[in-house]
Amino acid sequence: MKQTHKLYALLLLLSLCIATPAMASGLNGFKDHSGTIAIAGGTAHIPVMKAAAKRIMTANPNIRITIAGGGSGVGIQKVGEGLVNIGNAGRAASSDEVAKYNLVSYPFAIDGVATVLSSQNSVNALTSAQVRDIFSGKITNWKEVGGHDAAIHIYTRDEASGTRSVYWKKLLKKGKIVDSANVVASNGAMKTTIARDPDGIGFISIGTLDETVKAPALDGIEVSQETAKNGTYKIVRKLYMNTKGQPSGIVKSFIDYILSAECTDIIKAKGYLPL
Amino acid sequence: MHHSGTNRLASAILITATTVSCVTVVAIFLFLLHFSWPLFSPEKLQEILHWTWQPFHGEFGILPMIAGSAFLSFFAVAISYPLGIGICCSIHGMGHRCIRKPLLGLVQFMTSIPTVVYGFVAIFLLIPYMRTFFHKGTGFSILSAALILSLLILPTIVLILHSQFSQIEPKIRLTAKALGMSEAQKFIYIVFPHSRKGLITAAVLGFGRAIGDTLIPLMLAGNAVSKPESAFDSIRTLTAHISLVVATDSQSDAYLSLFACGMILFLTTLSVNLGLRWITKPNSRSIDA
Repeated sequence: MKQTHKLYALLLLLSLCIATPAMASGLNGFKDHSGTIAIAGGTAHIPVMKAAAKRIMTANPNIRITIAGGGSGVGIQKVGEGLVNIGNAGRAASSDEVAKYNLVSYPFAIDGVATVLSSQNSVNALTSAQVRDIFSGKITNWKEVGGHDAAIHIYTRDEASGTRSVYWKKLLKKGKIVDSANVVASNGAMKTTIARDPDGIGFISIGTLDETVKAPALDGIEVSQETAKNGTYKIVRKLYMNTKGQPSGIVKSFIDYILSAECTDIIKAKGYLPL
Repeated sequence: MHHSGTNRLASAILITATTVSCVTVVAIFLFLLHFSWPLFSPEKLQEILHWTWQPFHGEFGILPMIAGSAFLSFFAVAISYPLGIGICCSIHGMGHRCIRKPLLGLVQFMTSIPTVVYGFVAIFLLIPYMRTFFHKGTGFSILSAALILSLLILPTIVLILHSQFSQIEPKIRLTAKALGMSEAQKFIYIVFPHSRKGLITAAVLGFGRAIGDTLIPLMLAGNAVSKPESAFDSIRTLTAHISLVVATDSQSDAYLSLFACGMILFLTTLSVNLGLRWITKPNSRSIDA
């Protein structure tokens, strides 16, 4: 009696072992392969890359995947110079970059960019025109947009930021941002800074939003993953993976995996919208 | 035989180390020169040496950053230098005997605090305080950055002065004792006046450390590209500028202008060091010999 139990258990275990790889079809591309994939660039991509790499390496111990940051520009440069296999960027590569490095781009997710205020700020809604006037210096006090009587502190990002690039193009319509605006170096730094400045205004990737800050409704539209996904909130960008020339071997398998239906749960869990 | 073998090995290692360091410095210089070469034409220089930084409109002026770096470094040294001299005077005879050792220990400990810790603590404590206290701007300003930067360069200044004072003091100890001088008198009338070299070196190296620091201005000075007009303005230094722009499109003119920033920083440090060598040439007033 006991013997048969053990046998069943063993059979069950065996069938599980066989079944797992069969279910994870996207991981099959790595089967019987070994080698290293080096990834660098955009910091917004890292959570997704890490989670995917963990799955791939758990299923295929012979594959090694290294992930580094550096920012969109660094990602494109490194992949172009052949230092890494995949260079991530939160913006489309410029035509100069594509031409010089023979880049092939793979967008895999959508990320929204929200206007962000301190959670202590009483303003809960702004119009696009108000946001443009604030960033260009026409509106300088919160009471002009229905808030408390205090000077508005403007925070922006550096020119290399993909977040800034989409916000500036799509919401500020390439308008002026005042020279006296403070510049912070990352989405994380923006969140900390705005959380600690009750009079501050900035912009941030929706994936990074949390309860320390708030995103005011824009033109009456609530800012969230859902409105970004169904297209009512328009300030969105794509996240890209770039390779030098057409990818092959395990690098191609990796890109295919990120783009496959199996990876959508990771992309969603990390706060982005799968394409 | 064995002895000379060891000697030869040691000198070989030392020569290799020296060569590697020298070659590295020269290589950095040549690298900068190579990449900033396209900038050395009158038109390009004019494009870079003006006050507007608007990369999307083809304006790549880095003068605001040069002014920002200079203003911030001088400000930090102006705060830190008198403070450093004061601390050193306390350590060498002016202060109460029982605070000397702890004071020196504290300054030595300060050298081991990572820059990012200063920056991070200041973001949470100093910046909100400056914002509510002065009611001017966001709190991210020259003043905030200079205060923290002065803390950062304080150990450099104090330790250079301390080593200079400690070199001179033993040479005159017996004479001063024989003349019946008190410790304070000995320090004021003999040690301090003969420390010209140390006083200059401390100021210059403190300045070099201040102008070269990236993280403090990046985190605390606000990084706005504007002409510094008051201590409450938000400014961007050359170092912060490089670290902010380095991630842009590497084929753009904005990227190219970074090499000019690097070149300016390199040449500033170089000329400051050469100037130091020239100023501190051995002279008759020194007791060093």
